[in-house]
Amino acid sequence: MSNLNQAMIEKYRSSFLNEVEANVEEGHWVKMCMQCGVCSGSCPLGPHWEHPPQELFMMIRANEREAVLKSDSMWMCTSCYNCIARCPRGLPITHIMHGLATYAKRLNLVPKKQPTAEFGQMFWDSLSKNGRVNELKIGVGLYFKDGFAQGVKNAMAGRELGMAMMKTQRMNAMEYFGGHKCKDTSGIQKMLKKAQEFEDQQITRFDGKEG
Amino acid sequence: MSEAIATNQTILVVGGGISGLTAALEAAECGKQVVLLEKSPSVGGRVGQLYKYFPKLCIPTCGLEIQYRRLKANRNIRLISMAEVTDIKGEEGNYNISVKVAPRYVNENCTACGECGDAVEAEFDDEHNFGLGKRKGAYLTSRMAYPQRYVLDPRIIGTDDAQKAKDACKYNAVDLEMQEQDMELNVGSVIWATGWKPYDAAKIQPYGYDRFDNVITNVEMERMMDPFGPTGGRIQRPSDGKEPKNIAFIQCAGSRDHNHLKHCSRICCMASLKQTTYVREQFGDEAKSTIYYIDIRAIDRIDDFYQKVKEDENVSFVKSKVANIVDNKDSGNLILNGVDTEGYNRYANEHDLVVLAIGMESNVPAGVFPEGTAINEHNFIDFDPANGGIFGAGCSSDALDVNRATQNATAAALRAIQVVNRVAGQEG
Repeated sequence: MSNLNQAMIEKYRSSFLNEVEANVEEGHWVKMCMQCGVCSGSCPLGPHWEHPPQELFMMIRANEREAVLKSDSMWMCTSCYNCIARCPRGLPITHIMHGLATYAKRLNLVPKKQPTAEFGQMFWDSLSKNGRVNELKIGVGLYFKDGFAQGVKNAMAGRELGMAMMKTQRMNAMEYFGGHKCKDTSGIQKMLKKAQEFEDQQITRFDGKEG
Repeated sequence: MSEAIATNQTILVVGGGISGLTAALEAAECGKQVVLLEKSPSVGGRVGQLYKYFPKLCIPTCGLEIQYRRLKANRNIRLISMAEVTDIKGEEGNYNISVKVAPRYVNENCTACGECGDAVEAEFDDEHNFGLGKRKGAYLTSRMAYPQRYVLDPRIIGTDDAQKAKDACKYNAVDLEMQEQDMELNVGSVIWATGWKPYDAAKIQPYGYDRFDNVITNVEMERMMDPFGPTGGRIQRPSDGKEPKNIAFIQCAGSRDHNHLKHCSRICCMASLKQTTYVREQFGDEAKSTIYYIDIRAIDRIDDFYQKVKEDENVSFVKSKVANIVDNKDSGNLILNGVDTEGYNRYANEHDLVVLAIGMESNVPAGVFPEGTAINEHNFIDFDPANGGIFGAGCSSDALDVNRATQNATAAALRAIQVVNRVAGQEG
């Protein structure tokens, strides 16, 4: 093959595609997309995505690094698995969406106030601190995430459910003050720290010139 | 059957469609002895169900007629209809073939006068028309049936209808005592040409073929166009018989899909392009066609046909595989949902008839071939030394159009001839 052809192939094979293949879970599948559009058309939340999966895959191949990683789109995935079930090429699209979201989070590129990302952070903070999720704190945190006034409104709207849950002992208001913990919190924290080290080792650093 | 009809210098051709007929004729016209088996009551296969060929838009029965004429004229071919191979044993130059022959209940006295068909009352779904119409319990598979001989549906045997058919026959051709026969053949080489069947459209759940009347398949559209077919040559909506004005064609329905057929069926792009010309032929400017596609695979000389269809203002193209179809219960119309690839626009387009460009599923059976026969993941017979003297022909070897199927069948005939020539050389 001539050098020109090689050059064109390398140009087409963008450095961002290389980056996604190296660092995003299931990212090696992105090149397999044949742009039929069944995933986008089958997505129940499709109309609310700025870029449907099919478009995200094309953007990755077109080296649109910033636009993809700063996008809100992959955070809209609810893991219904319609796309995976129907993709004619068998791409694990749900997993790729989660992989892209995780990678964007790692690089600190998540859009501000992204609700899925905010919830995820709260969940993780609660879990990693106590070794178990404090549901009451997360619930209250979500109610008040858009400010005090909105929080009061949210709480008022949900008060009947809340009272009923307390009555049937599904929720305990005392949990808000610390809450119960697991037996060995520091042991869990050590495990999580070690797991994080392994994860970090796997990440390849890209300066944008590879490929 | 005590009569010796084959030796190890005989070529067995399984399947009497266009590929099997071609392979049998090419070998027989080279002077070889050929046994041609056909599972159904008539040869002709899928080609006999088509209205027109692409890209020349000529009538397929014309080509079939030529093959029939060659078949009738050739003493080297022995045609056995309603015969199915159940087992193949042996090796190149010496195969033992087990064959099961179903009873036709009509013998060679039949003149195809049709009196038995008139006398019988029971009706069944017409296989020739993919169930779009009904046929009698005593019937000729189609007007192009060869042999031109009636057949009784086994479901009427033992009923009054069977006796009515027998009583109606002036030529003593109806024989209700016929039994299934087992037959053993010794042959030198096998050409397997059992062709294809349309992929079961109901399996493509989001398209609702089993739920919506006005979702049809491309092969059903071919039957609608036949002047002697179930609709008398009219394209119409199955729900209300009305003329469609806005037809959608969905490409890759069941093909190139990891959930269905992985292979590209090759013919469906051209079939839909061809069928847009049917729409124009029938409705002129009164009806529009829209083709939803991933990519149009019209290669080499047939690309000219694609270019010509593209010039038609009533035909438009949407680069998108439709995600799902929902119906509008009041009108019987269908709403196609998806996202296109040229701009990523979400659409919900209403059409009054949807034609699924259904793919080709190989008819190669399991459990018949000797162990080790190379049959690939798409269920086509590979050309492989491991197969000895067994050769796939036409759509048993790959998804092919008629043109390529006959070329492929001719090649298979040549390979089989080489095998029996070697056998003849060894035996002197």
